[in-house]
Formats: sequence, C-alpha cells, structure tokens
Amino acid sequence: MRVVIAEDLALLRDGLIRLLNAHDFQVVAAVDTGPDLLDALLEHRPDVAVVDVRLPPTQTDEGLKAAITARERVPGLPVLVLSQHVEQLYARELLSGGQGGVGYLLKDRVFDIGQFIEAVRRVAAGGTAMDPEVISQLLAKHTLESPLGALTAREREVLGEMAEGRSNSAIAGRLFITEKAVSKHINNIFAKLGLPPSSDDSRRVLAVLAYLNG
Amino acid sequence: MVVQDYRAKRLRLLSWCLALATTAVLGLLLLPLFLLAGVLSLLWIGLPLLAGVTHLTRRFADYHRRVLGQWLPSPVPAPYRPLPRGVIPAVGTILRDPATWRDLAWLVLNPLLGLVLLLLPVVLFVLGVNSLLVPLYWPLMPPDTLVVFGAVPVSSQAGSYFTLLQAPVAFLAFWLATPPLMRVYAHLNRFLLAPNAAARLTARVAHLSASRDDAVDTQASEVRRIERDLHDGAQARLVALGMSLGMAEQMLATDPAAAQRLLTEARESTRQALTELRDLVRGIHPPVLVERGLDGAVRALAVTQQLPISVDIDLAGRPEDPVESAVYFAVAELLTNTAKHAHATRAWVRINYGLGRMVIVVGDDGNGGADTANGSGLTGVRRRLGAFDGTMMIASPPGGPTIITMELPCALSSPKTSPSSATG
Repeated sequence: MRVVIAEDLALLRDGLIRLLNAHDFQVVAAVDTGPDLLDALLEHRPDVAVVDVRLPPTQTDEGLKAAITARERVPGLPVLVLSQHVEQLYARELLSGGQGGVGYLLKDRVFDIGQFIEAVRRVAAGGTAMDPEVISQLLAKHTLESPLGALTAREREVLGEMAEGRSNSAIAGRLFITEKAVSKHINNIFAKLGLPPSSDDSRRVLAVLAYLNG
Repeated sequence: MVVQDYRAKRLRLLSWCLALATTAVLGLLLLPLFLLAGVLSLLWIGLPLLAGVTHLTRRFADYHRRVLGQWLPSPVPAPYRPLPRGVIPAVGTILRDPATWRDLAWLVLNPLLGLVLLLLPVVLFVLGVNSLLVPLYWPLMPPDTLVVFGAVPVSSQAGSYFTLLQAPVAFLAFWLATPPLMRVYAHLNRFLLAPNAAARLTARVAHLSASRDDAVDTQASEVRRIERDLHDGAQARLVALGMSLGMAEQMLATDPAAAQRLLTEARESTRQALTELRDLVRGIHPPVLVERGLDGAVRALAVTQQLPISVDIDLAGRPEDPVESAVYFAVAELLTNTAKHAHATRAWVRINYGLGRMVIVVGDDGNGGADTANGSGLTGVRRRLGAFDGTMMIASPPGGPTIITMELPCALSSPKTSPSSATG
C-alpha cells in the first residue's frame, strides 16, 4: 500500500516511516511543508496519506488545508490527519465533503500501534477514523433533551465506537458482545435518531457523524 | 442626533435653565464652608470638615458634569486624583490637586455665567407670555400709569394691544437663542470642569501604573501556575516513565511477561503526560489561535459549545499575538459564563475593527444580571483587557438580555498569505 507522509519534525517523520514500513506500507514520499504535500498528493495519488495539521512555512494549519484542497481535486483521496490537539471545527471541515476515506487522530494514538495501523488501513479502504476525543466532545454537546438522551448507556457506547469509525466486528470485539447484538443496537440507534437505515458501513458512520455535527 | 433631540424640547431646556441657574447660586453656599474649613484647618479640627466639604463640592460638580455632558459632543470626565485612605493624606492630596482649585474657581464663576446665559431664555419666555397677557390684565392696573413691557411702552388699554405684536418676537428669540446659549454655557463650564492636559496626564500615568501592576501580577501568577503544572504533571510522569522503562529493561530476560506489563504502563504514562501538556498549552496559547487566528479560534470555540452561537467576525488582518490571545480568552470566559449562568437559548459573538479599535460584542438572550461583583471571571476579563488599554461595558438588566461590549485599541497587520493555495 502506497503512503505519503507529511510531518515537519524529523524525529516523528522517521518514526512514522519506520512504523509504516514495518507494516507492509510503502512510503512513496515524505514531505515537510504544505505546498510540497499538495504536490506530492496530486503527483503520487497514494492509497493513503498521513498528514500533520501544522506545517511550515507558515506553521499554521497548512497540512489540513493541503489535505482538504487535494480531496477537492481528487474526491475521496484517503487522508489521515494527525495533530497534537483536536478541534471539532477541523473535524467538521474534513467531513464536510460528505465522503469517506478520512481520519482525524491525536498524535498520541500512534502509541497503540495495532489500533493506529488498523485506522490507517480503514481510511485507505474508504472508511473513517475519528479520535475518541472528538467523538466524546460531540456526544457531550448534545443535551439530555435531544434524541441522544433516549439512548441506553450501551447504545451510547456503541454509537461512540461506531462514530470513531469501527466496523461491527471491531465494536463487538471491543465491547465483548456478539456482532448480532451490535447490529441490533445500531438498528435501535438509527431508529431513535430518525436516521435512514443503511447496510453500508462507511456511509452509516458518515450519517452518524453528520448527525452529531449538526 | 443629540443636537436635534434637545432642539425639539425647548420647554425641557427652559426648566433645565431654571434648575441650573438655581444650583449655580446654591453652589455659592459652599464657598463660606470652604473658608470656614480652611481657617479651622489651622487648628487641625477643620481637616475632616475640609475633606467633607471637598467631597460635597465634588459630588456637586460631578452632577453638573453629568447634566452638561448631554449637551456636549462627549461626556465631561472628572479630573480628580484618587484619594488615599485616612483624613490627613486625603487632605494633602486634595490640597495638591489642581482640580480642587479649579472647582473653587468654577463655584465663583458659574453663578455669573449662569445668571447671564441661563436666565436670558427665561426672561425671553416670560416676556413672551406676559406680552400675551398684558391686554387682559391692563384694566386692573391703576389709571394713568406708563409701563414699558420689553420694547413696548403702554399707557392705555388701546396701547396694550401692541404688546401682542411683541409676543411672537420674544418667543422666536427664545426659540432660536436657547440652544446656542445652553451650548455656550455647557462649553464654558466644561473648560473648568473637565481635566486639563496636566490632570489628564496624571490620570493616565496613574491608570498605566495600575494596569502595569495588574499585568505583572497576572503574568507572575501564570508563570507560577505553569511551573507547578509542569513540575507535578509532565515532569513527574516522565520520571515514572523512565523508571518503568528501566525496570522493563532489567526484567526483559528474566520475566518477559512482567516486562511487557511495565511497558504498557510506560505507554499509558506517556499518554497521560501528553494529555496534561496539551491542556497546559491550551491554557497558555491555544494552538488553534496560532493556526487560524482570532477568527478561526473563536469559531472553533463556538462549535464546542452546547448553545447555538452565531459568530460574525470582520477583521481585515491579524492583531498582535498578545491582543489576539487576550481577546480569545475574554470571549472564552464570557461564553463559559453564559453557559453556566445565563440560561440562554442562543448567544452571539461579533468582532469588528475601525478607527484603530477592535470592538468585541458578546451577547446572549438569557436572564441577565451579569456584573463584576458576583462573577470574578468578569473582573479578570476587565483586568486582562486593561493591560491593553481595553475597556469592557456590561449591559445585563435583570430578565436579560446580556450584552457585553469590549473595546481595545490595536493595529492590524495585513493578512498572512497562504502558500498552499498560491501553488495551486
């Protein structure tokens, strides 16, 4: 699987390259500025890109901007954005195209290598990977009076896992329940929130994220 | 707007003329009190009296500043230096403050000005009314008298009707002359009541040194907080992390399972250290402020709130970093207050720039009652803005809405160009 990496700190860039190489990814370009990232994305059309939000030369959100611009030109181009901090605003902007193949994680998530690699693969496959921090903020925004208040504790848990981008089997594994139970919970959630049911995993996740962002 | 307003209300102006002329004369009563206090001060017992009379005089002058301010383009500020505690230091300050002596001069001159400028409208009005009434009450006058009403000498009933001609002239003169007379009176008073250049500078220096002290205090306590947070947080976690790694290294050969547990612990420790550092950084200077400027940072703040918040920001460039940060934290604090206390259904943030000042308005439709007394957060905001010569006005009547307006003098730099779009 071909990857483009954008990270300006050499220490982290080398770490990411090593990590991804060790898991059968082929790093086709590792850049350290916003303009270079945009060029690399458009030139290599990688299977997935791992991008730091803050990049030179301005040390502002150049990575995020380049990723969004690239996804406008190449719809669905899979991008996983990493940052030292998460902002709902950035998550909203990344998701605003309504397309999958997008991820937004704290850099800390790299620590759990198994989960991180799974997230990269999921984004490459057109799925989503949202940081638990973003999801918990989104869930906290909804008051008890909103339809979310009608969910049971278990359903909220499943909703959180799903919003982060996990598949039914992954959710089942993490919550120690059967896949059948997971899909039952998900059907209940969709009914309670008034969302149209869908069998497609990634479309379902996007619908939930759009609902939470609304 | 103000000008039209007071032109339209001649009768209200007339009553103000009478009231101000009366108070101008009453003000003379303060002079003998001053004299008495001055003489008694030689025997010490007059010192409290002097402080009392000065206080009374200042209240009296402040009342005039407020009233006259409504006919002037801008309000009349008070020129007094702040009084220290204790009677003797206070009297010392009072005697050294030029404003005290200007007040005395004003007490003497005000009645003179008042009698000329304020009584003229009254005289003209009374003349007009009287001119209408002369034909009615002339029969009551003793026969064979000659009375001059204004410009009209009257000696018979037939002659008395000529005063009717004079009435419109008197009223017209009253109508036209009153506003300018009032304005002249207000301006002349302002000359003595408003601070002169020296007093303004003194006040400015006092304000600057107070706000500098505040800024230094705030800075120092921030640095202490950061030091404590780093010391008890990230630093301690890194020590624990090093220990876990060291032990894992030792156990790797003998007890791989225990080594693995320690490594997991080390990873968790790192994650927590990062979380703490992240929170710390957010409190010092939020990263989103660096990445997006004030506009983006306030929007990012708004989307995290439960309340729907409309954000309307119109800035042609970016202010200096410290200003940006002060405004950001001020808005954050106000929105937190809104969420906690206001019971609002919506809120709004508007930021504009003009004439060298940034104007920030934060409002909500909640139940009002916000003031600096019950929320120390607002005091903190005011102090933070004070370091930049900024001001905060709170309009929050019981029942709402709450509208807080902040103003900050600052310069905007031209917006940064984004190279990522330039390469497209």
